[in-house]
Amino acid sequence: MTMQFMLLFSRQGKLRLQKWYVPLSDKEKKKITRELVQTVLARKPKMCSFLEWRDLKIVYKRYASLYFCCAIEDQDNELITLEIIHRYVELLDKYFGSVCELDIIFNFEKAYFILDEFLLGGEAQETSKKNVLKAIEQADLLQEDAKEAETPRSVLEEIGLT
Amino acid sequence: MPAVSKGDGMRGLAVFISDIRNCKSKEAEIKRINKELANIRSKFKGDKALDGYSKKKYVCKLLFIFLLGHDIDFGHMEAVNLLSSNKYTEKQIGYLFISVLVNSNSELIRLINNAIKNDLSSRNPTFMCLALHCIANVGSREMAEAFASEIPRILVAGDTMDSVKQSAALCLLRLYKTSPDLVLMGEWTSRVVHLLNDQHMGVVTAAISLITCLSQKNPDEFKTCVSLAVSRLSRIVSSASTDLQDYTYYFVPAPWLSCKLLRLLQCYPPPEDGAVKGRLVECLETILNKAQEPPKSKKVQHSNAKNAILFEAISLIIHYDSEPNLLVRACNQLGQFLQHRETNLRYLALESMCTLASSEFSHEAVKTHIETVINALKTERDVSVRQRAADLLYAMCDRSNAKQIVAEMLSYLETADYSIREEMVLKVAILAEKYAVDYSWYVDTILNLIRIAGDYVSEEVWYRVIQIVINRDDVQGYAAKTVFEALQAPACHENMVKVGGYILGEFGNLIAGDPRSSPLVQFNLLHSKFHLCSVPTRALLLSAYIKFINLFPETKPTIQEVLRCDSQIRNSDVELQQRAVEYLKLSSIASTDVLATVLEEMPPFPERESSILAKLKKKKGPGAVSVTELEDNKREGGELNGSSDRGPDIAAMAASNASTPSPSADLLGIRSAAPVGAAPTSAGSLLVDVFSEAGPAAPSLAVNDDGFLRDLEQPTEASDALLVEGSGDSDSAPPSEDPAAPLSEADELLNKFVCKNNGVLFENQLLQIGIKSEYRQNLGRMYLFYGNKTSVQFASFSTTVTCPGELQSQLNVQTKPVEPIVEGGAQIQQVLNIECLTDFSDAPLLNIKFRYGGALQNLTLKLPVTINKFFQPTEMLSHDFFQRWKQLSQPQQEAQKIFKANHSMDTEVLKAKLLGLGMALLDNVDPNPENYVCAGVIQTKGQQVGCLLRLEPNAQAQMYRLTLRCSKDSVSRRLCELLAQQF
Repeated sequence: MTMQFMLLFSRQGKLRLQKWYVPLSDKEKKKITRELVQTVLARKPKMCSFLEWRDLKIVYKRYASLYFCCAIEDQDNELITLEIIHRYVELLDKYFGSVCELDIIFNFEKAYFILDEFLLGGEAQETSKKNVLKAIEQADLLQEDAKEAETPRSVLEEIGLT
Repeated sequence: MPAVSKGDGMRGLAVFISDIRNCKSKEAEIKRINKELANIRSKFKGDKALDGYSKKKYVCKLLFIFLLGHDIDFGHMEAVNLLSSNKYTEKQIGYLFISVLVNSNSELIRLINNAIKNDLSSRNPTFMCLALHCIANVGSREMAEAFASEIPRILVAGDTMDSVKQSAALCLLRLYKTSPDLVLMGEWTSRVVHLLNDQHMGVVTAAISLITCLSQKNPDEFKTCVSLAVSRLSRIVSSASTDLQDYTYYFVPAPWLSCKLLRLLQCYPPPEDGAVKGRLVECLETILNKAQEPPKSKKVQHSNAKNAILFEAISLIIHYDSEPNLLVRACNQLGQFLQHRETNLRYLALESMCTLASSEFSHEAVKTHIETVINALKTERDVSVRQRAADLLYAMCDRSNAKQIVAEMLSYLETADYSIREEMVLKVAILAEKYAVDYSWYVDTILNLIRIAGDYVSEEVWYRVIQIVINRDDVQGYAAKTVFEALQAPACHENMVKVGGYILGEFGNLIAGDPRSSPLVQFNLLHSKFHLCSVPTRALLLSAYIKFINLFPETKPTIQEVLRCDSQIRNSDVELQQRAVEYLKLSSIASTDVLATVLEEMPPFPERESSILAKLKKKKGPGAVSVTELEDNKREGGELNGSSDRGPDIAAMAASNASTPSPSADLLGIRSAAPVGAAPTSAGSLLVDVFSEAGPAAPSLAVNDDGFLRDLEQPTEASDALLVEGSGDSDSAPPSEDPAAPLSEADELLNKFVCKNNGVLFENQLLQIGIKSEYRQNLGRMYLFYGNKTSVQFASFSTTVTCPGELQSQLNVQTKPVEPIVEGGAQIQQVLNIECLTDFSDAPLLNIKFRYGGALQNLTLKLPVTINKFFQPTEMLSHDFFQRWKQLSQPQQEAQKIFKANHSMDTEVLKAKLLGLGMALLDNVDPNPENYVCAGVIQTKGQQVGCLLRLEPNAQAQMYRLTLRCSKDSVSRRLCELLAQQF
């Protein structure tokens, strides 16, 4: 199971999250993204979730307005990849509480942190929902502590003007 | 803006994101971003030191801007600063920025590595995990250099937290993939393997990915993982659906881990230990059984997870390819999926069945699903599923169903998606050729292919149909009639014109009896297409026209008229103009006889691997065409081409190839070599090579005494530049590629050829080397035939002949480099010219190097060039013999050996051997009729060496006494040594 990359994009083709597990140049990444977004969006709803693309296999699934799209290698298992996507969606859902596209836009850094706990280097690191969320919550607790220790910020900053 | 549910929000960031989202246009967005970038830049440059929170917020904004697709060229240093913050939240954002925006700025990498090093040694598991995630995300060489030795220690240390172990395992995997040379497992190996036994399922899940990758590279070191993996799998498979608690996914126990375990087992052959194997087979059976049980949940996640394991188990069953029972069960299971309502499952079943089709145990079972698959090809709405169906039809095709499958594929081609047409065309062409019993069917199929999908018919395909028609005279008339009919269509594809032009030019006479296809009608039909065609096709048609002049003298005035008109003879294209001028001249000055000779029907093409297959292989990449398929093709190909006499003896084959062109041919041969025997006259060469840019035809190999001698007398002239000098240039070769030392059996192989000139010199799993040689006076010519016994191409194939030591000055061996590629199943030939300068004892060395599946093969043999090859037999009477015998009486001139018989002492066998030796066997010389005496002269460039031989068998003792007397003592010794091995 080696995932090459994972892309999240909207029905309008806006990229919401990108995770690359193989070293590629920025130019190449943009090219791949453009090509795949176009290919996947052109597919009809009842079509199969897998397609051959270059020498990779693409596994994708749509959740509400968001497409989750992964590239895996020739030997890899498509169905289990589909469930990787689903588990990630479950994790986001549990963490944000009924996750929607906006949560991922405004808290993109959290989406990355959760993904890193779940998949590392393109491989499943921890598949237990409970354990992944526990790790994220511990980190959040550390943030809470840190916040309390911080000095109060300026009023200007509180309302987001800097 | 949604409320942030957890942790601390960065209001500034949220506001910025909102602003961006509210931008009405791309320009407005860019404007807002530029404003923000300016703001952040001034903050970073400002005199006031920023607090951690602000730094974090700005770095986060930069990250957001980058993820929107804009370039970010600053902020890296601030991100690195965040790494050393002791506030988790700041550190985390710093690491995220580094992971997403790595910059190979060496100064930064050093700082980043320092921060990582601190976190790794902090003993704070949360910090350690962050650092490990960063290494795994960046995975650069510099990081591997810094941490590759540290991480295995963390991974196996007893006090490491589980979560850290998980990250360490996958981090190490990433480094191993980037820099395998830096990750040395060595002492850690067994402890890493034992992570498969870890109590924590998460640790096993992470570690197994690492173990799988390492096992692929070093299977022997990790082979203990097999039994551990089997017992782990067995525990999961037999567990109740709730046993594994949080690792149960929609009532399926540990699906990810199960898939990974099954995947790991695919790195190894079936377990040798009976108990382990039994346990594994039980697991596989349980998995197959579960597929038949009613689902525990209606959710698609349940069935996906369950089937993911099932497909991985089937992959393992196919990988083993040794359990007929399991293979057939797998096939039946996939058969059910073929009609499943889930598109995904139909797709995967088609894909997986393709590999099952190539197993001898399940091929027949796969075939029973043909109707379903054909139906899928016709009715699936998704092109990627139809593509899988086409692949499966191709894989399941054999002689019994070829006609049906080809017909279905052809009819599918009419509506096929553009993206897959070319591949479909190749597949149809291959199947039609491979399974053609009836050649009219083959011709029909290819012509249909051109009609339906002419644009996608590559040169290889139409070359091939022509080659086959030329090589099979039973189909020529039919082919002529069929192309004639096809050309009647008002709009026909240019490829059809090419095939039509070529075939009518060769075989138009076979249908000329019918007034509806009289010569002039044929010509007018072809010429009506001329003006619509491209230059290469027109050139081909001009050649067809000149062939018409030969076939049908009555068309000469008409055709000359066409050639003479300005649009031909003054054509701006040089090739067309030249053809028109030359053909016109040829047709007016040459006599009928000359014309008939120059324009003779094309000779059969030599046999070679189908180049269409080679093209498909290239298209699909290596490995896409299964081995069985290729071997199959080789086997069946023989039948198709009508050469049923392909014996196992490569030498025999080589010999027949050398003397007469084999009746079978391969399409693609045209490019690389003109047909053997097509000795071109200067005018004729144009005609012969209609397709080919290759220059002169291969020299005729027909062995004819005069020609042979003539060739031998000037062995080097033609080959100056490409000569491989006798002295080895191995010194300049890279050290790793030094020629191997001669095989231990090299001497034995050499001895086999002392008394014979032809045979198989060497054979192993991969390669067979046949040899055929002839000698005259002090010259010899040796043909080496290298046969690739596998179905995989040999790359970088090269051979070097060297004369070690003093042999350099004794023997001159010259040859040309061989083709660097030997296709699977193909054979290439090399010619060696040998000149004996003076007598010699050693044998030249033949070194062969090539790559087979990536591994360098390097082997060295002794070439069976021995001094006796240069013998001229000398007949003499008894009296003369004994007189000469006495003259050679100096002690060093004689060599004698008494030895035990190693082979049969049968008179006829002995005689045959002595004759093979090259001397004259003299009757009635020795007073004892049991004894054998021989006489001969060894011809070297510098001198002649007279030799006499006496062999005295003692049947009772099973012994021989062998005596040699030669005018040169070194020759006596060498001959004695060589011959003692022969009897």
